[in-house]
Amino acid sequence: MDIKQKIEKANEEAVRRLTSGDPVLVDVAPAGEVIPGLENKMITHSGPPIEWGRMCGAQQGAIIGMVIYEGWAEGPEEARAKLEKGEIRLEPNHHHHAVGPMAGTISPSAPVWVVENRAFGNRAFCRQVEGRQQFGEFSKDALDGLRLWRDIWAPTLREALQKMGGLELNPIIIQALQMGDELHNRHSASSSLFANRMAIAISEADVLKERALPTLQYLAGHNLLFLGLAMACGKAITDPVMDIEYSTIVTAMARNGTDFGIRVSGLGDEWFTAPAPVVDGLFLPGYSADDAGFDMGDSAIAETVGWGAFTIGGAPGILTLVGGTPEEALEYTREMRKITSATHPTYRMPALGFAGTSVGIDIRKVVQTNVSPIIDTAIAHKDPGYPIIGAGLVRAPIECFKQALIAFSQKYNT
Amino acid sequence: MEDKVEDLLQEELVIINMGLRGFAESLEQQEVEVVQVDWIPPAGGDQEMIDILEKLM
Repeated sequence: MDIKQKIEKANEEAVRRLTSGDPVLVDVAPAGEVIPGLENKMITHSGPPIEWGRMCGAQQGAIIGMVIYEGWAEGPEEARAKLEKGEIRLEPNHHHHAVGPMAGTISPSAPVWVVENRAFGNRAFCRQVEGRQQFGEFSKDALDGLRLWRDIWAPTLREALQKMGGLELNPIIIQALQMGDELHNRHSASSSLFANRMAIAISEADVLKERALPTLQYLAGHNLLFLGLAMACGKAITDPVMDIEYSTIVTAMARNGTDFGIRVSGLGDEWFTAPAPVVDGLFLPGYSADDAGFDMGDSAIAETVGWGAFTIGGAPGILTLVGGTPEEALEYTREMRKITSATHPTYRMPALGFAGTSVGIDIRKVVQTNVSPIIDTAIAHKDPGYPIIGAGLVRAPIECFKQALIAFSQKYNT
Repeated sequence: MEDKVEDLLQEELVIINMGLRGFAESLEQQEVEVVQVDWIPPAGGDQEMIDILEKLM
């Protein structure tokens, strides 16, 4: 076989794995119990590797929040001093089979969703999704949300899940895509479907009413509840795609607010980075583009498996959050077919004639067409200490794909 | 050859514009029918990338 044939064969295998994922929620557990290599005095974060001094304001703020939440410091000044001295280890989520929204911070006592890909036997993890600490806020109110998750909501969900023996997530994903979710920033359907299933399980698990009721209220009132699950699914689906020799398929797109990074199957765990771009978006009252930080979060794992802006044509409801017209949304979704290798056999979009979602981003096609993956995403403040300020659309920097293509060419001696 | 060109220009023109849309728009403003083909050079014209892609695609 010549190299072109080897690439085609490798990419066929990559697509087979991408489209045969079978994600099952098996636990909601403290990160330190389940995430491999997550040690004491360690916080994991979104995006490619980055040291404290290069982190953007929002990610620094979120990490300060986690240090206080873990009780490693009394307040922000002490937390900052410890971080500057390197007393807290910082590593990317992606190096631990994990992902996290926005700043993406995960620390040992924070419960995470545990999703097992039953087709391949691997597990992936994602933290809870909320609108404050993960964006860089570290006020008492913001951290109290994490404490409720740790002390009430997550243990209740864990008890219910153990009683029901896990929850298959593909049926929820398939149905939600047909109900107008794109599974990145619109999770109205998936969150409701998940809440319905868990409400029954919580009732059956004989959880104390003092914990059951607030957990049911949490489930019923959280429009982005399923995002953490979708991200864990995305990671569980993409991890088995890593390290296929000769494959040019993207296995991760992640941003830390300073750098945008991608990984490619045939290039293992190497990151190819470029400066994180500006997000073109809409802002909440009181904020403007002048306040915005750069693109941030592991949530582009959604687009990596063909959701998010790749399916935005089937989810026009999201446009009230990120901007644009339904016609533009359809065009984005059609455009992504130019840079992907296949369509998903079961993840389908009614608005596009029940076409399958586009999967398998091929770095060769991105560079050849000069079309970059599009991502819909939330926006954090450029400084530490703020909640969510907006949402919008952004393109992955083409430079990442060019660097990866050069590295691929060198590795495989072409 | 000249005759053929002259004959062509006597007939109603059917124009296909490849690439930059501005040329098509100018003709449309003059009420000339144009078919637009969206086309950009491979790899945005980046020769290093074109050379690699030729080996890999």
